[in-house]
Amino acid sequence: MAAYSIPSTCSNSKNLGDTSQGKKKKLQMTKLRQRRVLPGFGLTMGYTVLYLSLIVLVPLVALFLRAAGLGWSEFWEAATSPRVLASYRLTFSTALIAAIINAVFGFLVAWTLVRYRFPGRRMMDAMVDLPFALPTAVSGIALTAVYSQNGWIGQYLEPLGVKVAFTPLGIIVAMTFIGLPFVVRTLQPAIADLEREAEEAAASLGASRWQTFIKVIVPSVLPALLTGFALSLARAIGEYGSVVFISGNMPMRTEITSLLIISKLEQYDYAGAAAVAVMMLVVSFALLLAINLVQRLSGRRYQGGV
Amino acid sequence: MEVASLNQLKPAALPLPRLRAATEESPYVRWTLILISVGFLGLFLFVPLAAVFAEAMRKGWGAYLASFSDPDCLSAIRLTLLVTAIAVPLNLVFGLAASWAIAKFDFRGKSLLITLIDLPFAVSPVVSGLIYVLVFGMQGWLGPWLGEHGIQIVFAVPGIVLATIFVTFPFVAREVIPLMQEQGAEEEQAAVTLGASGWQTFFRVTLPNVKWAVLYGVILSNARAMGEFGAVSVVSGHIRGRTNTMPLHVEVLYNEYNFVAAFAVASLLALLALVTLALKTFVEWKLNDHLGAA
Repeated sequence: MAAYSIPSTCSNSKNLGDTSQGKKKKLQMTKLRQRRVLPGFGLTMGYTVLYLSLIVLVPLVALFLRAAGLGWSEFWEAATSPRVLASYRLTFSTALIAAIINAVFGFLVAWTLVRYRFPGRRMMDAMVDLPFALPTAVSGIALTAVYSQNGWIGQYLEPLGVKVAFTPLGIIVAMTFIGLPFVVRTLQPAIADLEREAEEAAASLGASRWQTFIKVIVPSVLPALLTGFALSLARAIGEYGSVVFISGNMPMRTEITSLLIISKLEQYDYAGAAAVAVMMLVVSFALLLAINLVQRLSGRRYQGGV
Repeated sequence: MEVASLNQLKPAALPLPRLRAATEESPYVRWTLILISVGFLGLFLFVPLAAVFAEAMRKGWGAYLASFSDPDCLSAIRLTLLVTAIAVPLNLVFGLAASWAIAKFDFRGKSLLITLIDLPFAVSPVVSGLIYVLVFGMQGWLGPWLGEHGIQIVFAVPGIVLATIFVTFPFVAREVIPLMQEQGAEEEQAAVTLGASGWQTFFRVTLPNVKWAVLYGVILSNARAMGEFGAVSVVSGHIRGRTNTMPLHVEVLYNEYNFVAAFAVASLLALLALVTLALKTFVEWKLNDHLGAA
């Protein structure tokens, strides 16, 4: 992150209403101190904190309190019952595989888009964001249609004995779809910023192109790759809309954690739903923390798409 | 380039194959990589997108258009537009207020505040809906009190609006904050010193400087607001013709095996996604232009 030097430092809001005060006083103030000229800190800060609290913080606290209201042993029981554990195993393993697929192919796509020029490149670049822009329910039914027994792709996989729709494989496909832009969009700026000089130095020292790639290029984009991988993993773990149509939703077999929360809600098991939701939140916060750590260590901030 | 000149220096150089820079891959590798990338994106992005339109048209234009004459479909479209028209402007105002406070002033805990604003992106869609059920539902904190006063929030339109605001919460703020921080506060200070009021400064100096970033954030939150499924699904209650948004209506039709109608509504949402991508690309181009000029 660049070092932002903001000249106006208004540490207390008392002096901020200066526009409403007399002109004389204002003149005096500008002479005395350049800072504290801009108005509106109290208003915008107050509104920001109020809106943030009402929409985000209070409801999230309510979730944690509801789960805490269960007491430790009951919470643990609700959050680790066999059906819940099966859903964690399924969600994490499929999300992990999808994130790995995305790391490999996302790297390839980002590399191709940044380094090579070919017809259709700009359109491809714009289309990478499709999974962000396409509503998840639409991706869900579209992927199901494509990969079902008589779908465009499914009909060729069926004779090979590969079933995608309504199996964990289908969940992986949907999670790969939804997570792809994260890897591509975090890697693109990192690849564009690579210094050609380092590659030239490696080549002139006798490294093959492959050696240069492994020993020079990969280490310098590794933080971006890790960030993209973690973002795509986090998104896949929480994904609901695109997965729920293709997964088949069989308890213990193809039921992801998000869906389990909904079925608990439908059975009016609010506390149980809250307990599982807390577990999911803890995992995504941990991933967020890991991403921040990677970025702090590498001294860069990657936005990662939207 | 340098490799080429070095080779020219060598007097007894054998006729070399076509030269390429040492930092480039051979054409074979390059075209293989391009083909794999195009193939991967084609398989994962283009094929599902094309499938939406193909499935919607499976029984021809007549059946496609007939899907939109269903009153439940029309009310789903209306509800989606209504919810978006409430959620996006609210988040726009919030995003601008937060950006002003964060970018133009220094205070303690600024990075914590930025992290908290980004928080909704880390919360999975289903959990985003669940938190409102826990606050406003009949078993929730405020549920009994709201029930006594005949106010319904979850399983009704207000709940859908709240969940939509939550999932689109950070979009405008996270686009505008970094840009405003980069621009600093000198221009605003100059305006205020010359006698402009706070609002005048904001509308005539600050807003024109960040307009493309604002538009970018609005485009993204608009797309997400219209397309949100998980969070809205939890709080909606799925009452046909009353609390079904377009994505929820797609689900209902799909589960009733009414595939043509489901994909017809989905095709509208897919068109929205394509328009969003086109606008986004255009604004990105403008934004880079703007930054390049500054």
